[in-house]
Amino acid sequence: MVYGVGLARGMGVTLKTLIGPAFTVQYPDRRVGLIGAARAYGISTPGLIFKRPIKAMRAVLGLERIDVRPAQAARFRGNEFTWYEDRCTGCASCAKYCPLGIIKIVTLPGGTNVQEGESYALDTFEIDTGRCMFCALCVEACPYDALHMGSNFERANYQRMGLVLSKRDLVNQPKHPSTWYRPQMELLDYSPFADELDDFKQAGRHETPSVERLTRRWVEDRRTSEVNEADEAVED
Amino acid sequence: MPLTTQPITINVGPQHPSTHGVFRMRVTFDGEEVIDVEPIFGYLHRGSEKLAESRTYTQVVTLTDRLDYVASMTNNMSYILSVEQLAGIEPTPRGVWLRMIAAELQRIASHLVATGFFLQDLGALGTPLIFTMREREQILELFERLCGARITNSYMRPGGVFMDAPDDFWPALDRFLSDMPHHVDEYEGLISGNEIVAARCDGVAVVDSQTLIDASVTGPMLRASGVDWDLRHRQPYEYYNRVKFNRPLATASDNYARYMVRIHEIRESLGIIRQCIEQIEPGPVRPETVPALIRPPVGDSYVGTECPKGELGFYLVSDGGVAPYRCKVRAPSFINLTLLREMLIGDKLADMFVTFGSIDINMGEVDR
Repeated sequence: MVYGVGLARGMGVTLKTLIGPAFTVQYPDRRVGLIGAARAYGISTPGLIFKRPIKAMRAVLGLERIDVRPAQAARFRGNEFTWYEDRCTGCASCAKYCPLGIIKIVTLPGGTNVQEGESYALDTFEIDTGRCMFCALCVEACPYDALHMGSNFERANYQRMGLVLSKRDLVNQPKHPSTWYRPQMELLDYSPFADELDDFKQAGRHETPSVERLTRRWVEDRRTSEVNEADEAVED
Repeated sequence: MPLTTQPITINVGPQHPSTHGVFRMRVTFDGEEVIDVEPIFGYLHRGSEKLAESRTYTQVVTLTDRLDYVASMTNNMSYILSVEQLAGIEPTPRGVWLRMIAAELQRIASHLVATGFFLQDLGALGTPLIFTMREREQILELFERLCGARITNSYMRPGGVFMDAPDDFWPALDRFLSDMPHHVDEYEGLISGNEIVAARCDGVAVVDSQTLIDASVTGPMLRASGVDWDLRHRQPYEYYNRVKFNRPLATASDNYARYMVRIHEIRESLGIIRQCIEQIEPGPVRPETVPALIRPPVGDSYVGTECPKGELGFYLVSDGGVAPYRCKVRAPSFINLTLLREMLIGDKLADMFVTFGSIDINMGEVDR
């Protein structure tokens, strides 16, 4: 074998990569030209030039940058948790399943009908995401679909206490639940990065059943009455 | 009269980029030749085995992700198989097929990392590593679609997997399977016939097969010495007896042979995934009967599985409680590392890290 053939072949592979398409993803922002900037701001190119001349100038000079969000899967287990207070009964299944014990729940004997098991009044619901390893066993454990994984990951903080999600944070933050272990959301054609599910009823499973569903459940599927409600929600 | 030099002892690591983690070697050189090596490890010891004793059987899955963190899926599978044997849980067919697909994808990803860093240690800074990382990225994206995480998957549960694959997973997997053979050709074009790689790797760190067997070394390192030992074939677990695959072997038992075995195993894994897709059938991914809190009967279990680095097995002892009484990990990286001294003595300084890279160890698994 002629010495140097392997080297030449290797250089050929490198050369092919040089002229092929790049696979680098720019993050957190990327430079755009005039047309790209106009598309990013949602206006036409002449509109950008006349209405926002400074931005157009920067784009021509190659200084304009737009934010980039990397492509993520819908099941991505994100940093912030999504929690629906109306649905949470304070049963603390999530706290028991957490391998690290970072979910802190304090309940008070409240609610209207504690004797019938309606709910407890939640005094504290804290998740220390600084110690969380995002295994999402808590989401799997939640019997009422109250706790979901989030879809965000940009949660850098200057203080460690800022990573602790208090009850107020969980209630107030925008709710983009991940579809991890929530098959009903995958059937809804829901995207965690475009849609916001503020209402717990939109999150599926425990919403009031429709008439059609009840008819099907109690009339047509009477023989298989052992089908539990969770599977019913999946099939819907 | 030959010139003699005074031996000099150098500490390599624990903070050294070529030791693949926090590994330390106390190496004694005579000139440029290695005359003694003392491996020192334990810097990444986290007490995973002890931690497992205070967690329930489902919670331990999250610990197994962090042993060999470039091959989490195979770690999960090995642990889950041991739990299933201990508790007598019968997995559902679809769950088993999904586990096999995930494990074979993870094997490809792990071999890509091994190949990339092996060449990085050789001095090919950049190109091969970036090439292999590019394809590994595709696999990690597949995992993200499948289970929402890229490295620490925690995908498998006793009895199957936690959730069925989403609809967009299958087209993405098909795309990957059709692209990947071209990329493997690319690596081979770049590396396999390369004269520099051949000059640096041929005949370096040769170990004969009897020494490897005596040290209970497994995985690609053993197969590169001509020993046909693949647990997927010898003791089929999961449904590996329903798929056909070749077992790449080499006889040279040097650094180049280990690289070639890994490259060919990538091709075989692609074939296994294709057969899994053909045979997978609809159905539940986890039996309904598995309780949330598993309480296995008193006893013990061990299932050896063929992980990318060798035989990985979890020896579990149950006292009837919710947590394992004892959890012992048979870590392939740790056992493969025991031959490091024999392999390095007599080699040059420049070949030291190449040999170390060709063993393909992971410090998370060595120290546990």
